[in-house]
Amino acid sequence: MASIIEIEGLTKRYASGFEALKGVDLTIEEGEIFALLGPNGAGKTTMISIICGIARATGGSVKVAGHDIVRDYRGARDAIGLVPQELSTDQFERVIDTVTFSRGLFGKPRNPEHIEKVLRDLSLWDKRNAKILELSGGMKRRVMIAKALSHEPRVLFLDEPTAGVDVELRRDMWKLIGELRQTGVTIILTTHYIEEAEEMADRVGVINRGELMLVEDKTALMKKLGKKTLTVVLAERLAAVPAELAEWDVTLKGDGQEIEYIFDTQAERTGVSSLLRRLGDLGIGYKDLNTAQSSLEDIFVSLVHQEKAA
Amino acid sequence: MSVVNLRAIASIYRFELHRFRRTLLTGLMVPVITTTLYFVVFGGAIGSRMTEVDGIPYAAFIVPGLIMMAMFTESIFNASFGIYMPKFTGTIYELLSAPVSATETIIAYVGAAATKSLIIGTIIFLTAHLFVDVPVAHPFAMAGFMILIAISFCLFGFILGIWAQSFEQLQVIPMLLIMPMTFLGGAFYSVQMLGEPWRTITLFNPIVYLISGFRWTFFGKGDVAIEFSLIFVAGMLTVCLGIIGWMFRTGYRLKK
Ligand SMILES: Nc1ncnc2c1ncn2[C@@H]1O[C@H](COP(=O)(O)OP(=O)(O)OP(=O)(O)O)[C@@H](O)[C@H]1O
Ligand SMILES: [Mg+2]
Repeated sequence: MASIIEIEGLTKRYASGFEALKGVDLTIEEGEIFALLGPNGAGKTTMISIICGIARATGGSVKVAGHDIVRDYRGARDAIGLVPQELSTDQFERVIDTVTFSRGLFGKPRNPEHIEKVLRDLSLWDKRNAKILELSGGMKRRVMIAKALSHEPRVLFLDEPTAGVDVELRRDMWKLIGELRQTGVTIILTTHYIEEAEEMADRVGVINRGELMLVEDKTALMKKLGKKTLTVVLAERLAAVPAELAEWDVTLKGDGQEIEYIFDTQAERTGVSSLLRRLGDLGIGYKDLNTAQSSLEDIFVSLVHQEKAA
Repeated sequence: MSVVNLRAIASIYRFELHRFRRTLLTGLMVPVITTTLYFVVFGGAIGSRMTEVDGIPYAAFIVPGLIMMAMFTESIFNASFGIYMPKFTGTIYELLSAPVSATETIIAYVGAAATKSLIIGTIIFLTAHLFVDVPVAHPFAMAGFMILIAISFCLFGFILGIWAQSFEQLQVIPMLLIMPMTFLGGAFYSVQMLGEPWRTITLFNPIVYLISGFRWTFFGKGDVAIEFSLIFVAGMLTVCLGIIGWMFRTGYRLKK
């Protein structure tokens, strides 16, 4: 796959002196869905704003479809559709007018068929003659998506597309993003919801306090996800893992007070019952057992906490 | 896409005129009614006592000043509002993320606002004809002057709209600066009628040169030579363009 966005050493210091991005390197492949995860204030919107031309970078460079976003901004912006986090629309305009306007703004010739298709795909066709102020919040967000899609972008940025959207609409949104992907559009979305990233993304990036902490294939993450950790709290401390437990590849935790065993829930034989039997045979007593899913959320939370502790 | 994003210019221009059409009735009624009121007050009340200025009937004499005054206010208001509103509502994100250059943005916004002021200027001119016969000595110069004034003040309004961070700031310059300067700039009297030192002081007011120049296109004479008026118009255009150029280069109050 060819890369469509190349970000190198991107930094951003706001006029207030606040450092919102501290040197981000990231490459986005054409056609993928990339989910950018991070807590409030992590720098997600800042990063998107710079790529799209709404904010200026303090340092570093960004190329979109091979075009530098500053020197060749036309080439770069031509390829981009942006749906910002904040709902902002021209309240008095009709839906169809505002979407047609967006296409013109991006210098594309009129194409009523395309506009109709976009509106239909977003279930807005019936509302095409309504003024935007007559629409619900979820519909307004869809109008903003329609505007972003009106000029047939190669890359679509969705900054928290499902914030403040009900469950049903969220499903619709996921479906829509899936369909867009089929047409070859690269999608970069930000979210706070882990399940959203799990549901849709090909790759996931975790950003916190202006630093990209992890970028990984979702399937690789899901592999970790499909695993569970069994923690056996021992009655008495062990100095080392007994050789008899070697086949389970357990680790000793908590000063020898706990044994940790990671197993695959999908596997034919998880090895849990045999491990417990072996422990009994060896006369190793235990007080408690506990299993936990290592979800993306766990990974995320532990990453964020590590950072905070550091 | 071509070197110039003409479609973007056309889209913004149409969008702005569409906004104007939505408020067409009030947009046109307000300047027409205001002008009529000025006419009744100044032309009627004062004109009955002061019949001629510089050999021109007073009622006719104030017409160029009235048109200029309305065009100053309308240009500043329309252009500043046009760019301030997207900033205020947040829809400016789309403009900033579109493949549109600074020059294209200015042409579209200022072009649309100038179109509006020209329409209003023309309507006031026609309204005035209902009250008084106004001779026009140099019709082409008059049209040209109106166009230049519309563009200059729309550029000024555009700057104001980018600079303003509240509705109050948007209002303050037109109300506290332009309005008094217009009144004191000879919209309703000839600077020649003033005694010293007021006459000399008044000549520091740039608006004097603009109104005088416009009056020249009607009556073939003004308070100052037409060349001076043209220099002031050109100066205002240059200064405004310079400021706007600097604003876009630095992303002043547009980009974070
Ligand atoms: N215009 C600004 N001036 C100063 N600081 C800003 C500005 N905009 C954002 N910041 C700060 O930069 C940091 C990153 O903000 P950003 O909006 O990028 O976060 P985010 O990851 O999108 O958060 P959220 O999930 O809440 O949308 C925050 O600490 C924020 O306070
Ligand atoms: Mg954000």
